[in-house]
Amino acid sequence: MLKIEDLHASVEDKTILKGINLEVKAGEVHAIMGPNGSGKSTLASVIAGKEDYEVEKGDIILDDENINELEADERAHKGVFLSFQYPVEIPGVTVTNFMKTAINETRKAKGLEEMPANEMLKLIREKSELLEIDRKFLSRSLNEGFSGGEKKRNEIFQMAMLEPKLAILDETDSGLDIDALRIVANGVNKLKSKDNATIVITHYQRLLDYIVPDYVHVLYNGRIVKSGGKELALELEAKGYDWIKEEVNA
Amino acid sequence: MELKEKLVSSFLAFENQVDVEAYVHDVRSEAIKHFETVGFPNKKDEAWKYTSLNKILKEDYSVFAKDAEALDYKDVKKYFIHDIDSYKIVFVDGKYSSHLSETTHDGMDVCLMSAALTKPKYHVLIKNYFNQVAAKDESLASLNTAFSREGAFIHIPKSKLAQKPIQIIHFSTGNEAALMLQPRNLIIADENSHVQIIERHQSLTSHPVLTNSVTEIFANKRAIVDYYKVQNDQQNASLIDNTYINQKRESNVSVHTFAFGGKLTRNNLNFYQNGERIDSTLKGVTIIGDKQHVDHNTLVHHIEPNCESHQDYKGIFGDNATGVFNGKVVVEKEAQKTNAFQANNNLLIDDKATVNTKPQLEIFADDVRCSHGCTIGQLDQSALFYLRSRGIPEKEARALLMYAFANNVLESVKIPELKKRINALIANKLGVNIGFDL
Repeated sequence: MLKIEDLHASVEDKTILKGINLEVKAGEVHAIMGPNGSGKSTLASVIAGKEDYEVEKGDIILDDENINELEADERAHKGVFLSFQYPVEIPGVTVTNFMKTAINETRKAKGLEEMPANEMLKLIREKSELLEIDRKFLSRSLNEGFSGGEKKRNEIFQMAMLEPKLAILDETDSGLDIDALRIVANGVNKLKSKDNATIVITHYQRLLDYIVPDYVHVLYNGRIVKSGGKELALELEAKGYDWIKEEVNA
Repeated sequence: MELKEKLVSSFLAFENQVDVEAYVHDVRSEAIKHFETVGFPNKKDEAWKYTSLNKILKEDYSVFAKDAEALDYKDVKKYFIHDIDSYKIVFVDGKYSSHLSETTHDGMDVCLMSAALTKPKYHVLIKNYFNQVAAKDESLASLNTAFSREGAFIHIPKSKLAQKPIQIIHFSTGNEAALMLQPRNLIIADENSHVQIIERHQSLTSHPVLTNSVTEIFANKRAIVDYYKVQNDQQNASLIDNTYINQKRESNVSVHTFAFGGKLTRNNLNFYQNGERIDSTLKGVTIIGDKQHVDHNTLVHHIEPNCESHQDYKGIFGDNATGVFNGKVVVEKEAQKTNAFQANNNLLIDDKATVNTKPQLEIFADDVRCSHGCTIGQLDQSALFYLRSRGIPEKEARALLMYAFANNVLESVKIPELKKRINALIANKLGVNIGFDL
């Protein structure tokens, strides 16, 4: 589904990604771990199409199509979803109106009619229940005054609404207490199918107890330096990242 | 002939045409004298530093329009808030259009200034209110006073609730190559009454139009007046709106100004608080592009204790558009416990757009809460990426953010159909087809 080949990317002339290779197949869950500053969030943003980043070299291929040149919204239309580490507060746009606009613009891009209002309401009800979201919450301004946990739950709610092919969860566990973590992980697991794939970016192993990865990759200094199964995450949790750094620098 | 000379020499002919009582005649004669002495404002006047009338005064305006052909309602329906029941006072090229209007004398007066100025039964009201709050030392107000003849006259008696909103609409048809209009509105809300008014000026062609309008609003004890100005005019239509509001104790007046275009728009909005526990609200959304110019010049004069004022103006400027906000708040020594709030936030969405914002606070009392803040910024790029990452294309994402920016001004619009219409105008102005109603 997703194939990243020799990806180099920079921001403000500083090269952050220095040759990433990654293949994610439908139905798989991949975890990307790594110390702070290794380029994890940059990788997420580059896949989602953030304009601040320049792809210097390499390809991002989604379903056999090179998406390097596509705008963020066009990538979203093709099924890419990024759960933000720091969701942006947007006063004046309610969660409901935001979701309506997002869904209808995506449908428009696919040549479909707008979703009928009653269908939309039903979908919103169904998905908000999945994330145990209070109805009142939906008429509040997007992320404004939300707690850390509410913001992350809201991200996964959006994911549930948009049903992406490829979901990238960027540090979704940061700032979550154990209950919120359970709700968020449960949401992600329920949305998993053989046709979609998930990339979980995290610094800690904790989230991976709930969202169990098929593969774990270690990102360090802009490259994937180690890959393995879920046991690699446990090893990292026990030993930290220093041994990886030593291995790479040796 | 320069416009000033043309106007002054037209005055005699004008006075001969109309039959008014001595009081009004005296007021007009004084006013034309003042205008003749001071002329049009220019950039040397502090209050006109950022707005030049030079270009629009160069047109050869007709001062008295010839009769235009009657307008068909179906052709102008879209300029009305037509999905609600309302009173309508409609003018075409400055003259009353009875077939587009719906006035009343049933329990209140929703009628014409020309009637109020000439009919004996209104003498006392005219004497008590006409030109009593409009400035006598401002040239454009004086010019309007000199030529005051037609406009809306609204009188809501004590404890009366006007059940339907009142729409005041001035059309210009392009029947003249260039036309100057000087509508004069007088609104009197007696004790404990309530009225909602929507005002619009609409040119129907690309012929130059200059409207120099004066509206006087009197809100007596405990009266509530909600006034909405919809300004979304043609490329060659300019508007100078002079509104003066005299509030008595415990009254509540709000004015919302939606400035979405026209060539040049200047809003002189003046509140005078003559009583305790008065509430004044001044809100506006400006969204303009091309070479359009919108200037909000506000004054809130706190004269007595325990009063509040709330000002919130949002501006979005694209292309080569220019905006001005000049908000003056005066708190007199006697006006203790005043709570005055002022905010002016602006988005510049193109490199060549400019805005000049200037809060002016003159506070002579020592126990007051006055806050003011102005900002000039650009759209938040991280918010834009967030929206786009959810599949909302750039244009729509920008529009959504701009709408969100202006949204808290719209929240206080109390007529739902009007709010809907404003939402649609904003979507149209931003070139998107998304429903903003939340």
